[in-house]
This record gives sequence, structure tokens and C-alpha cells, in this order.
Amino acid sequence: MYETSYHRPTSLSEAEALMGADVDAKFLAGGQTLLPTMKQRLAAPSALIDLRHLPELKGISVEGDTLVIGAATPHAAVQTSAEVKRTIPAIAKLAGLTGDPHVRHLGTIGGSVANNDPAADYPSAVLGLGATIHTNRRTIAAEDYFQGMFTTALEDGEIIVKIAFPIPLAANYEKFRHPASRYAMAGAFVAKTTGGVRVAVTGAAQGGVFRATAFEDALGADFRPEALDGLSVDADDMLSDIHGDSAYRANLVKVMVKRSVAGLL
Amino acid sequence: MGIEGIGARVVRKEDRRFITGKGRYTDDIVLKDTTYAAFVRSPHAHARILSIDTTAAKAAPGVIDVLTGADLAGDRIGGLICGWMIHSKDGSPMKAGAHPAIAHEIVRHVGDQVAVVIAETKAQARDAAELVEIDYEVLTAVVDPAKAQDADAPQIHPEAAGNLIYDWHIGDAAATDAALAAAARTIKLDIVNNRLVPNPIEPRVAIGSYDEAEEHFTLYNTSQNPHVARLVLSAFVGIAPEHKLRVVAPDVGGGFGSKIFIYPEETVCLWASKKIGGRPVKWTSDRTEAFLTDCHGRDHVTRAEMAFDADNRITGFKVHTIANLGAYMSTFSSSVPTYLYATLLSGQYAIPAIYAEVEAVYTNTVPVDAYRGAGRPEATYLIERMMETAARELGVDPADLRRKNFVKSFPHQTPVIMCYDAGDYEATLDKALAAIDYAGLPARKAASLAKGKRRGLGFSCYIEACGIAPSQAVGSLGAGVGLWESAEVRVNPVGTIEVLTGSHSHGQGHETTFAQLVNDRLGIGVNNVQIVHGDTDKVQFGMGTYGSRSGAVGMSAIVKALDKVEAKAKKIAAHLMEASEADIVIEGGEVKVAGTDKTMAFAHVALAAYTGHNLPAGMEPGLKESAFYDPTNFTFPSGTYICEVEVDPDTGVVEIERFVAVDDFGNVINPMIVEGQVHGGLAQGIGQALLEGVTYDMESGQLLTGSFMDYTMPRADDLPSFEVSTTVTVCPGNPLGMKGCGEAGAIGSPPAVINAITDAIGVRDIAMPATPSKVWAALHGAA
Repeated sequence: MYETSYHRPTSLSEAEALMGADVDAKFLAGGQTLLPTMKQRLAAPSALIDLRHLPELKGISVEGDTLVIGAATPHAAVQTSAEVKRTIPAIAKLAGLTGDPHVRHLGTIGGSVANNDPAADYPSAVLGLGATIHTNRRTIAAEDYFQGMFTTALEDGEIIVKIAFPIPLAANYEKFRHPASRYAMAGAFVAKTTGGVRVAVTGAAQGGVFRATAFEDALGADFRPEALDGLSVDADDMLSDIHGDSAYRANLVKVMVKRSVAGLL
Repeated sequence: MGIEGIGARVVRKEDRRFITGKGRYTDDIVLKDTTYAAFVRSPHAHARILSIDTTAAKAAPGVIDVLTGADLAGDRIGGLICGWMIHSKDGSPMKAGAHPAIAHEIVRHVGDQVAVVIAETKAQARDAAELVEIDYEVLTAVVDPAKAQDADAPQIHPEAAGNLIYDWHIGDAAATDAALAAAARTIKLDIVNNRLVPNPIEPRVAIGSYDEAEEHFTLYNTSQNPHVARLVLSAFVGIAPEHKLRVVAPDVGGGFGSKIFIYPEETVCLWASKKIGGRPVKWTSDRTEAFLTDCHGRDHVTRAEMAFDADNRITGFKVHTIANLGAYMSTFSSSVPTYLYATLLSGQYAIPAIYAEVEAVYTNTVPVDAYRGAGRPEATYLIERMMETAARELGVDPADLRRKNFVKSFPHQTPVIMCYDAGDYEATLDKALAAIDYAGLPARKAASLAKGKRRGLGFSCYIEACGIAPSQAVGSLGAGVGLWESAEVRVNPVGTIEVLTGSHSHGQGHETTFAQLVNDRLGIGVNNVQIVHGDTDKVQFGMGTYGSRSGAVGMSAIVKALDKVEAKAKKIAAHLMEASEADIVIEGGEVKVAGTDKTMAFAHVALAAYTGHNLPAGMEPGLKESAFYDPTNFTFPSGTYICEVEVDPDTGVVEIERFVAVDDFGNVINPMIVEGQVHGGLAQGIGQALLEGVTYDMESGQLLTGSFMDYTMPRADDLPSFEVSTTVTVCPGNPLGMKGCGEAGAIGSPPAVINAITDAIGVRDIAMPATPSKVWAALHGAA
């Protein structure tokens, strides 16, 4: 790791001011991606501005038909939250499948969504439920937020404050883990909502998280795994590497969506 | 005998310090005025160094010096050696290229060291290492051993034309060809044994320290054999004569073979310490460097053919193997694909004719050397994949085919040097068949199929050779060293004991098992015995720990020394108790006159030995004896492993439902530790079969599996609950009747797993590691 400075602001405005004063600083929201990257000397921010202690970013609450999770909430807190388990247990399940206990106690939902790793779990829940991202500047719909692998609508200095998830009728998440890293090779978040079935897939595609609209249509008409027989996602859009080619990943997407659906029957 | 003797499940004495964080590893050692080394490593698999500019690095904060291969050559520091001479078929010696501790003119693999920065802190050394400017002319690289001898492959070392290090053979070619020609059936199989990264949890560390006033060097390092390191660094690298070089290998966090070898960084830290005026130089590998510089294992490409007569008896076995030794020949690399591999190609079977050819090649990859099993896993994988394939294609039960061909009387001379001394292969097979409920397999397969899964079962009847080895025999085969072991038993005046052993414990539990041996003989309790190892200043010359030799060879040396201690103690006791020496017995910490109530504490005899007030006439005071033990033969652990898997055809995921391991290790000192060794070996073997495997980019020679993000180490939840048990045939070759257990799990398990998967999904072969994507593709290709 290169030498760097560490800041621990106690308010959103202090964090904004620190970032405004140092263009080479980076926000730290758990550091489960950033810190290993820095240890490998692949990133060299001049300073780290830790967001995990901002009161504005904390807390889990149910507001009407919406579950609101503060951006600085660690995965373990989501996994064990009574509110989450009561309203959208699929999110608690997803959080419990992320990383290992160490990662789950340090990594945060805001950090995961801001980084938008194509193999991260949370983006599938955000897109699969049509959540809203609340930042220090505005609100962003999930559809507009994810813009491809490691790319989001966030502007420089913009901080995710909380994420509001509409509570669905039912939802489920099934994940196929990468054998080595245990990130998602294919993670399928399936939600039954009053507006129809939504299917969001992470881990598999070159463009990061995406909605499998053909699957959504089929499941909207017939919510059974068999409804997907004969359908497929385009293998050309999938990732291909030494752990699995695009045809394998396309297969995994379908299998994970089917299993996610089966879990809701 | 007793609760702390041979055969008892004594809790490991050393674990108290390990599990409370009190272990003392090399990186825990901080000498006064320590400086830190950071290596500049090649980003290219093969390149010519055009220039190195160290100006900016030398001017960086905290930098003490920046040294290159030219500096090393200028100081006449020798290169690293390969200590086992192999001769090719034509009688010519192997073609070993130079192996400088810092690359000079040419780099030959990604990670090859090109320069070293010595600085006040680790961070300063790393920062400055990035300022060393090197111009490379990138050359074509070859990483695939099967392509290393192609006409368009680059020449890696001038000494080895066509990258061929040796073209060696063993056995009877004519007899084997005749058997194949006369066979009722022949079975052919092409097999790849995948390259692995050892990844002990503790990465390598070296601290070199030079005392100018005494002209004396000390090396602290993560070694499985500190005396051998000292010998090589003295006699070949030329750091200093042996009496001016001390090597200390304290607690070591796993080795699996990778810490046997003498590595460049050790030479550099010693040399650099002198170069900078005597301040210690410390280097601690990070995990990335471990992937790029710790010797890898396996990496064989093999074509084999087995001949059967009309009664399904094996009549001949012909093997051709290409072994990848990487960019440089590591310390014992040459022996692994030859005498540690082809000599085991008879397996558990009576095979009249065997012929094996082995071509060892250079490639632009990390050097390859011994890794848990070292040659025997490659042999076992080949034979046991062949037997299972043959059974399927001959239409016979795989257990029956093996049973028919088992060696059934001992000693048994194979056509490939080894003479098996003892074993009962049917006993382990029968016990394993009963444990797995072989008869119930068809019903279990049907049950799996009913829920959309595919079930399969695979055997592996392995044999290996441990207890390396009779010095004269290995000398005649090219070894540069003898492979005996030493021990010294020091009885203190109060009757407690230190055992100084040339073996080295880096996870094996010697501090417990060796103490159990002493307790078994003297009855003084394991807590009154201290095992001393790993320091060339304390321990007499020893050969170290590898090849499952510390029990069969290391403990045999302790037995010999204990024999001498007992003999002298009996003489003293007989004198003191006015009895005949022949009537003295030692048990339970007491020295007694048999048939009488005369007795004295062993501690009393010890004290008498050291006071010298009343000893037999002419006897020297003291009670301390040493011994060297040279084995008379290898030992031959064997066993049957049965793996039962269930495959999910939708995802290709393989679940190991059952894993039954029945091993014959001869006599066992501590069954708990033996089970632990088997569990660990199985984890590594299953890791090889399902999870682990090195991938290089074929064009650039970059290591694609260079971290745990891409290299799949086995985790606890990848593994089943193992069902392990033993049978016993006593090894006649050593006083304790032991065979060795450290590597069996890793040797025997890969073919059992792959045989089970190929049975489940109905394919002839699948390459290791059988990852979900490969299994899925095989299923869909076969469908």
C-alpha cells in the first residue's frame, strides 16, 4: 500500500468538504474492494474519507410500503435485521450470501452499490426491486443508476445516503458462487410486485447487472420454472473467462432464475 | 503403551502456542538495525534485459542500496543448484542451465527477480523498487510443456537444446512392446496432471545477517531442512564455509514440499547483509510473490498404454511423460518425475513388464519441484485412472479388476526398481468396500437419478514410497546427498530429556509424537521431553522433513540413540543396585531389577551419571547419545480410497457425498495426528481434482491464476466429512514398523474423485480440476 491519509468525518457536510478539498481522495465505505486494491498498489488515493460513521447514512427503517436502508449499513446488519426479514427477507438472504463474516461486518450496502462490481450481489436487489438511490444531491431510479460494469450515475463527490426498496409481494435471490472468489457467477433476484414480475441478474453479464425481460414476461404469464423452458439469455452478452465461458454463464443465469422462482412456489 | 506412549491419541503439545498466537515464525524475528528487501521482478515471461537504471531508486528516501545480477556476478556468488543428477537414455548428464539468484541478462518467467532494493523500511523498499528502470526486449515465451520442444519454441537456456533437460527412461522397452503386441486388449489413455501452487499459509521469509567481526553469517528462514540449506549455500553458492553460516528455521507454517528448496531470496539476503556492512536484511514474501516464486507442483503430460491378457491380467504398461520443470531447475526437481514417479508405476499390481520414458523440459514458468507426494500422485493418478478406464472398457467391475491384479506375496520386486516389503491390498480394499456399502450403489444411483442428479463412484488403490531413503541406493541413482537422519538424546541431570533431531516440524506434530516415543521407552511423560530442531547451531547435521520420512527415518534415529541411552543407564543402575545388567528393566520412569523390589527413579540414574561419584569403573560421566540411521529400503504405505459423488447436471456442481479412506501406514504413533495428516492430504488431493489448477496465458506467459480470486484453494465447505480408518501390516524395514502418512491423502485421492465423476456423467476423461463449468460442458457434449 502507498502512503495515504485517513479521515473519519462525523457528518455528511464534513465528508463533502473533505472531498471538495482533495480531488485525489476516495470515499471509504467498508473498503472490501478498495483496500485490497490499495494493498496491491493498484490504487493510490491521496486520502480516504470514511463514510461509515456518518449519522445520515445509518439505520434501517420501514416507511409505509418502502424498506429504507442507510448506505453505511454493513451486510451483517442487513442479514440479521428484523425489519428486513419481515418486509423483504430476500435482501436479508442476499446479504448473508455476500462474502464471508469478515466482509459482511465491514462491507456496506452503499459501498457495494457505489462500486457496482459486475459480480456484486446488491445491484441485483436494487434493480430487481426497482429501488431508489438517495444521494446527498438527488434521487436516482435503479434503471438510471446502473450504467455498466463499475459504472454508475454517481457524479464526482456524490454520496449514496440511503436506498429505498419498494416492498414486493414476494422475492427471492439465488446465487451461484464463483469457485475461487465466491462472488456471484450468476445471481438471480426475482420479485413479484403489483406491477409484475421483475428479474435482475448479477455476476454473469459483460455489462454488469441487467433485467432479464424475456424471463419477466414469461414468468408474468406463468410463474413457474417451466415457463422459462425454451427461453435463454444471449450468451454473447455474458462474461467469459477461465472459470466459465459465456455459454456456461448463460445457462447458470437460467438455472438460478428457475431456482429463485421455485423458491417462491 | 500407556496414555502417552505409542498408539495413544496424545493432544499436540505444540498447539498451545500455535492456537494462542505464541508461535515464533521467521517474520516474528526482528533483529536490531534490520533493513528490508524488496525485489524488482520481471513482468515478462521471457525477455532480454537491455539496461537497468537504479539512479532514481538509490536516491529515494530510506534506500541503502540497490543491487542487480551484475553486482552478484561481480562478487562471484554462485548460482543455485539442482542436487539430483539424472542421465538421459544416451548416458549424457542432464542439461542444467544457470540459475543465478538475481537474473542476469535474461529473465525467464514472470516474477523472476531482476534487482533488489534494501531500505530502512518495507514501504520505502517497495516504493523505491518501482523506481528501478529496466528496459526489456521481450522474447517469445513458451509455457506448455507439450510445446516446449517445438521447432518454433524459444530457446530458454543455451545449455539445453530444444529446451530438453533430459530424456530418461526406466524398465524394459522390448519386453513391454512385446506384451503390448501380444495383448488380448490394450487400453490407451492420455492424462494431464495439472500444475498446482502449494500455498502454505505462511509465505516464505528470509533474514540474512552478517557479523563482520566474526565473519559469520546467520540465515533465519522458512525451511523444511535447514542443514541442507546451509550445505548448499556453503558448498555451491559460496556464501561462507559451513562453520561460518548458521541457518535457523523456527516455527514454520506449512511447507508441503515448497520449503525444501533453496531459493534465490535467501542467497540475496545473506549476500546483501554483508554488502551493506552487516545490517540484517529481511524479506517477507507477500501472497502475490508466493504465487510467482514458490516452486509449483505436478504439471505432467502423459500418454500411456496398458496390455491385458484374455483373463484381464495386466501384462505390460508403457508410459511416456513430458514433465514441465519451469524456467530453472529447482533443488530436487529432476528427481520428481523420474525416481519419485516412474518407480511407482507398478502401483499395487503385479505387472511383468513396464517401460517409461520421461522428457523433462524448460518452459517460461515458475520452477516446478516436489509438492506433497512429489511424483507419486502423478504415478497414482495415471495408474488408477488407467485401471478404472480399463475396467469400464473391459466390462468388468473395477474392484474385481484391481483385486485380480494385486500383488499378493511379499517381498515383491517390481520391474521399476522398487521392492515392496509388506502390504495387504485386499484387506484395505475389502474394508473400504464394506464402509462404502458397495452393494448398495445401484440403489443410491437410482435415488439420485430420481431427483435429477447423477451419482458416481470411483476407486483409487494407491501405493507410495516413503521414508526416503537408503543413502547408497539413492546415491547410485544420482542423489547429491545421503538420505539418512540423525538424532541426539540428551538426558539432563534431573532426568528430563531433550531430543535433538535433524527432522523439521512445520505442522506434523513432531514435538508430540517424538516425545511419545521417548515416553514409550522410559515412561517419564511427554511433558518431560523437549524436541529441539531447526537450528544448525544446536542440532547435529540432519536431512530434514519431506517425503513422509520423519517417522520412518527420523524416529528410527531416535530409537537408535535411545537404545544407547538405555544401555548406559542400565549399566549405571546395575552398578548402583548391585544387580546384573541383564536383569535391569526400564518402565514407568523407574529403573528396576527384574524379579525383585529393587528400583530407582530414572532421574536418579541420570543424576548419578552426571555427578560421576559412583559409576562403573572406566565409564565416562554423562548420559547423552547420538545416532545416525540410514534406512534399508523405502517404506510402502498403501490404501484404498473410494469417492462417491453426486453431480448436478444443471450447473455441473460436484458434491462429494462420501469419501472413504482406508490406509495401511504400518504401526501408528498417534492416531489423531495421523488422521489429521490424512484429512489435510485429502483436502489437497480433492483440491487438485476439483478446484486447484494453474492457468498461464499461452502467448504472454502471464500467470492468470495469480491470486485467491482466481486460484481456488479448497475450503472446509468444499469437503465432506471424511471416513478414515486403517489396516496394519508392519513395515519390516525399520525398528518401529512405520511407513509414513504425510502424503497419502494427496496421492491417493485425485483419481478416486475423477473416477467417480466420469462414472457419474459417463465420459472417458475429464481434465483436472473438474470445475462446474467443465463438468457441465462435458455433460452437454456427451448428451
